[in-house]
Amino acid sequence: MRIRARFTKLGRVRWTSHRDVARMWERALRRGRVPVAYTEGFTPRPQLSFGLALPTGCESVAEYLDIALDSALEPADLAREVGSMLPDGVDVVAAGVLEPGTNSLQEDVSSCLWEIHVPRVAPEDLDVAIERALDAPTLPIRRERKGRDVVDDLRPSVLALSCAGPDAGGALLRAELGTRPRGVRPSELAQALGVELGLARRTCQWIERDGSRWEPLMVDPSGITVPWERAS
Amino acid sequence: MTSLWPRIEPLLAQVTKPARYIGGELGARRPSHGPERVAWLLLYPDTYEIGLPNQGLQILYEILNERDDAVAERAYAPWTDMEAAMRAASVPLFSLEGSTAAGEFDVLAFNLSAELTYTNVLNMIDLAGVPVRGDQRDPSHPVVVAGGHCAFNPEPLADFVDAFVLGDGEEAVGDLTEVIGVWKRSGGARHDLLRSLAGVPGVYVPSCYEAHFDGGRLTGVTPRYAGVPKRVEKRTIADLGEWPYPKQQLVPLIEVVHDRLNVEVFRGCTRGCRFCQAGMITRPVRERPAEQVDQMVRDGLDRTGYDEVTLTSLSSADFSGIGEVVSKVINDPECSGQVSVSLPSLRVDAFTVGLAAEIQKVRRTGLTFAPEGGTWRMRQVINKLIREEDLYAAVDAAFSQGWRRVKLYFLIGLPTETDEDVLGITRLAGACADIGRRYHPNVTVTASVGGFVPKAHTPFQWFGQNTMEELRRKVGLLKDAARGTRGLTLRWHDPEATAVEGLVSRGDRRMGAVIEHVWRRGGTFQEWSEHFDLDLWTTGLEAAGLDFDDTVYRHRAEDEVLAWDHVSAGLHRDFLWQDFQEALAEHGLEDCRWTPCYDCGACTGLGVEHMVASAVPPAGGSQGTGQDLASGGTVPVRFLERAGSLSAAGGTREGVR
Repeated sequence: MRIRARFTKLGRVRWTSHRDVARMWERALRRGRVPVAYTEGFTPRPQLSFGLALPTGCESVAEYLDIALDSALEPADLAREVGSMLPDGVDVVAAGVLEPGTNSLQEDVSSCLWEIHVPRVAPEDLDVAIERALDAPTLPIRRERKGRDVVDDLRPSVLALSCAGPDAGGALLRAELGTRPRGVRPSELAQALGVELGLARRTCQWIERDGSRWEPLMVDPSGITVPWERAS
Repeated sequence: MTSLWPRIEPLLAQVTKPARYIGGELGARRPSHGPERVAWLLLYPDTYEIGLPNQGLQILYEILNERDDAVAERAYAPWTDMEAAMRAASVPLFSLEGSTAAGEFDVLAFNLSAELTYTNVLNMIDLAGVPVRGDQRDPSHPVVVAGGHCAFNPEPLADFVDAFVLGDGEEAVGDLTEVIGVWKRSGGARHDLLRSLAGVPGVYVPSCYEAHFDGGRLTGVTPRYAGVPKRVEKRTIADLGEWPYPKQQLVPLIEVVHDRLNVEVFRGCTRGCRFCQAGMITRPVRERPAEQVDQMVRDGLDRTGYDEVTLTSLSSADFSGIGEVVSKVINDPECSGQVSVSLPSLRVDAFTVGLAAEIQKVRRTGLTFAPEGGTWRMRQVINKLIREEDLYAAVDAAFSQGWRRVKLYFLIGLPTETDEDVLGITRLAGACADIGRRYHPNVTVTASVGGFVPKAHTPFQWFGQNTMEELRRKVGLLKDAARGTRGLTLRWHDPEATAVEGLVSRGDRRMGAVIEHVWRRGGTFQEWSEHFDLDLWTTGLEAAGLDFDDTVYRHRAEDEVLAWDHVSAGLHRDFLWQDFQEALAEHGLEDCRWTPCYDCGACTGLGVEHMVASAVPPAGGSQGTGQDLASGGTVPVRFLERAGSLSAAGGTREGVR
């Protein structure tokens, strides 16, 4: 049996890495005595599968994790038992049983929604930058890879951009960024737009299938209450 | 107490590993400050990953926070990128719990575990906005205290630290809290506080002592005032069972060293390895009752979610009933075979490997042994009485039971060492690799070689350390010898860093100027090879009119005043000298837990005894050699199962193989 859980990463804990979050989950599942299935072999590992890595420093209200279990468990019980064992800012907001044969998150998720605070910019100016980016045939950014400078074109992965208005001395940028050919980080998007990067929060992950879009876990969005204020 | 968090958080996007600075560990307390509480900031002068697991700091953190009159928070040395960001934004050193400026605390308390971190101590005091020199502080500044193993030679830090605590801190922090609390309410001068602190047992206040020199030689460190003790004796807790700490070990959000549950099974060691400062200064042996160990392991695993526990001590296989404790954990159905146990400092014998085989069912990665010396002669000198056949049997057992990697620790630069002793290292390690290949075509044996640094309060405290050129030559011999040896990997410690460690570990008060010189020129994180800078130390020495020859490489005379003679770990100086002479004569000494007392001073002087649960030495004999222990005498040993009886059973004890 596999259970998929949706969880948040908000507040100070956003400064931990994707790997750190995996280790937090492993310990919380052990503390909650959840019957997690382990891999066979010399070094047995708990069978957990995380989706797209969240860049260190970003927040999220839409992180996912698939957990393989040795014995059956009510998803609600798992959410309750383990939720209290996770650090502040990491909360389980939904959990459900996966149909056998469901693809992994890595295979399925095609795009993510982001809300990004852009400091010290007027919404009108952000609008201009957005328009220019969407009209551009390519959005090259320079980055270092294995000690060499490479130029990447972000344009194919930038699916949608909009300015959602003023936000705490700056403006709020909404973005839908595709995961293929490769996932785009908010910091790369900011670089391509020529703006500063403030707090970035992943708000949704989408699976595109047969022309329609699905969330990895069907939940009542009203069940997720997240204040915009930082938890810390 | 105001939170600096709004000023700290913007810096985090600019630095590597930002989670070093966010706290939030499981087990971290929400500090409750108030005028009735003495506020302690516990500091570790190295990175978060190195400092967080430190058990001494965690023990004191809990003990202080359980008190009504104290509150404790923590801070670790910010990495160079964070320091630069903090200085640029005028953000001072801050606590992890409340993001409170370090300068707002009553006490800055440092854990001193390694000499090369001393420049970080100065840097953290400075980052706190506190003058680095004690004589420039006023009553508005926190009092700077330090404890830990390195405090047993406090002199190099005498100019910067107001008070040192020697020995076990469990009880001493309470005494300090009371003295500081009374002084705080009295509104007295800083000098009054320092005088009161000097009256607390186990506390050394350097400004209450004067160091005398004659022609560049230290002639004594004596009290300036009446009522200040001539010699400060260390603190010792008599019964480890009364201190089941940490009860709530901190579980960090990021990966740190020793990232697992730690349960201390005993403190102190009487194996008597002559190079080992930890073994000498922590005597006598005090075991934790086995049931308490079991309980602490169980509760700890439950609480933390860790899947690995280390039973810590200086030689955990010596713990009476180690086998029972280990099998309980391993066979606990609740742990369902997912928990592994590790024992640091494995003794070298087949029994230990059997134990290791039982506990590392889950993850059988590598085994580590520490023969320390390459030849039997060398091991007699250092009193690490492991015979070649003991090592081969242990290694054979390890490889035959599925291990593929064995690591061996050695020292070079030991007293009386010849090139033959040095080359014994590669010969021994190579022979271990040969044994391994009988079981598997690809085995690795790693010989990890450190340069020996003589330490205070050990029999080798008089010994002139090998020069860095000599150590380099010896490393060269080993590299040549290792080149043709199949399956052998050689690792060695930088001889330059070894020389500087020697400078600080036996330095007197004049070394303070050198440490300050290095720090003022940006020499922090000196134990990190990418930051270590020998030139800074060399120019600092020159500026202070000192050199390596006199302070590090020179043999001390029997009657010479040593920089740490006025502080005591309970050991008689003549015992140490005698043991040094025994070493030079290549005589080993058996473990006094199961043999007659050598009157080292640790038990008698401190009014406590060795506290062990078993009257018989562990399998393999007192040193793992199966020596004949059938010598009579009176043993200052109290047996736990006969609680209360101060058994000093004379007569014959037998070694058990």
